[in-house]
Amino acid sequence: MTSMATGAHAGATAGAGEKGGTAAAAVPELERDIVIVGGGSAGLAAAIAAHDAGVASVLVLEREPQLGGILNQCIHNGFGLHTFKEELTGPEYAARYVAKARERNIEHMLRTTVLDVSPGRVVTAVNAERGIFRVRAGAVVLAMGCRERPRGALNICGTRPAGVYTAGTAQRLVNIDGLLPGREVVILGSGDIGLIMARRLTLEGAHVACVAELMPYSGGLKRNIVQCLDDFGIPLKLSHTVVNVEGERRVEAVTIARVDDHLRPIPGTEVRYPCDTLLLSVGLLPENELSRQAGVRINPVTRGAFVNDQLMTSVPGVFACGNVLHVHDLVDYVSEESAHAGACAARYMQGAAGLAAGEKDLPGAATELAIEATGGVRYTVPSFVSPGRMDDSLRLRFRVGAVYQNRYVSVYVGDRRVTHRRKPVMAPGEMQEVTLRRADLADARPGDVVRVLLEDE
Amino acid sequence: MSQEEKSVTLTCIRCPKGCQVTVTLAGGEVAAVTGNGCPRGDAYARKEVTDPTRVVTTVVPVRGSDVARMVSVKTAGDVPKAKVLDVVRALSDVSMAAPVHIGDVVLADVCGTGVDVIATKDV
Repeated sequence: MTSMATGAHAGATAGAGEKGGTAAAAVPELERDIVIVGGGSAGLAAAIAAHDAGVASVLVLEREPQLGGILNQCIHNGFGLHTFKEELTGPEYAARYVAKARERNIEHMLRTTVLDVSPGRVVTAVNAERGIFRVRAGAVVLAMGCRERPRGALNICGTRPAGVYTAGTAQRLVNIDGLLPGREVVILGSGDIGLIMARRLTLEGAHVACVAELMPYSGGLKRNIVQCLDDFGIPLKLSHTVVNVEGERRVEAVTIARVDDHLRPIPGTEVRYPCDTLLLSVGLLPENELSRQAGVRINPVTRGAFVNDQLMTSVPGVFACGNVLHVHDLVDYVSEESAHAGACAARYMQGAAGLAAGEKDLPGAATELAIEATGGVRYTVPSFVSPGRMDDSLRLRFRVGAVYQNRYVSVYVGDRRVTHRRKPVMAPGEMQEVTLRRADLADARPGDVVRVLLEDE
Repeated sequence: MSQEEKSVTLTCIRCPKGCQVTVTLAGGEVAAVTGNGCPRGDAYARKEVTDPTRVVTTVVPVRGSDVARMVSVKTAGDVPKAKVLDVVRALSDVSMAAPVHIGDVVLADVCGTGVDVIATKDV
């Protein structure tokens, strides 16, 4: 599992004869058709699709000692219902994709950290075997995933003792390292990882006093509320937040209060929970430092790249998929989206389908229509579509900004409504999708806007 | 048992849609299921009110591996919901010797359920 693919030989750039030559001059360079940054569910699906599209050299760069990404610590089941028509655990789902990559001899480097992606698609990385090296890529797929919003971003009052963890850190401690982070636990935030960890810690013998959620609705999937909280009688306190943390060395208690419509704590509603652990499951942030270094334009709503129907970013030949593009609920959709990114990256670097590098193909170019999220829809991915280039159909994924019942999801092209579908329930915690057909855009004029919105009727 | 009709509303967990399914019980028997978006929801709701089951996932220690301390495991099928904690307790003194492969039996017939606990990771 830890063996490193060795198809690559460092092409020595021996221009280091210069007097006082810097170390940079001796940095070895490789060349690959497609470089994929990240070997988790997104990176693996993109690599497999790019390979299957006929790309000769695909290189996956992965920071961890194994492929599979966060799936390796997601030991619960429920993965793969769409992809494999069965309920797998995270490690099993990852193993299927790792096996597919292995069958294809897709080159990967483990324990390898990407330091920089340049606008010209030069990827700079480092690992213990090679030191710092560069890879010139015909196309780059960004698949770095996301990270958890930490406590520092929340401004919680109180002391700063040990015992405050993000839910994903606790998940790693329990499932990978075999350590129990605490015995008496309060969880802030009802994201899926927090819900999963409420159950996980209960099964391991800890007591979870409650899950407090700032918003009046849960941030997680309904099935996780049923299976992880209701099954074990763990209360979900909506419209509540942590207003104090006590403890010198270790957490000794946290105080939870109800919040008003403006999310401000209501005095007099405080309840103090003696405990030794506070878990935070308060949101995931796409990990886009490398994207920014490459000059990729970032959507402030998703915190991921603006992309077009090919999942290409504002930098030619740089694609994005998975949780680095927008945070998903389900790995199945990550795999599907990422396979599309891999196939499009292949087409780009093969120069097919009118996809040669050039201004006309960039998101927001004149040949593309902007897709606008309005009327309760917070964002869509992608943000641009080219009627001339898109596949027969395009899945638009989006999230809504509040809980809506019996609304219609509508898509307008210009002032013509092309889709109008009733949805019984939509919530911010559950990603939605709507299909845009190529035929819908047949009459579109340049400058038309595709609008996705919710309507009452 | 009373012949009165009684209804129970459940959130279906067979997929992430989370349909609100209403089961009408007459004399302890399922008389009707409504609100389900697909046949799986019908089956889930009938089962959930009469014989609720779950798949249990956890980890057990692994011996003799350089890279892993724990290996993830699951019940190979559904076990009664009431036995979920018993399953985890039954695994509390179980460990595996490396190498472990996906599908290897970790504990056969756990708690007399007829269901094996199997590994879900290659270690």
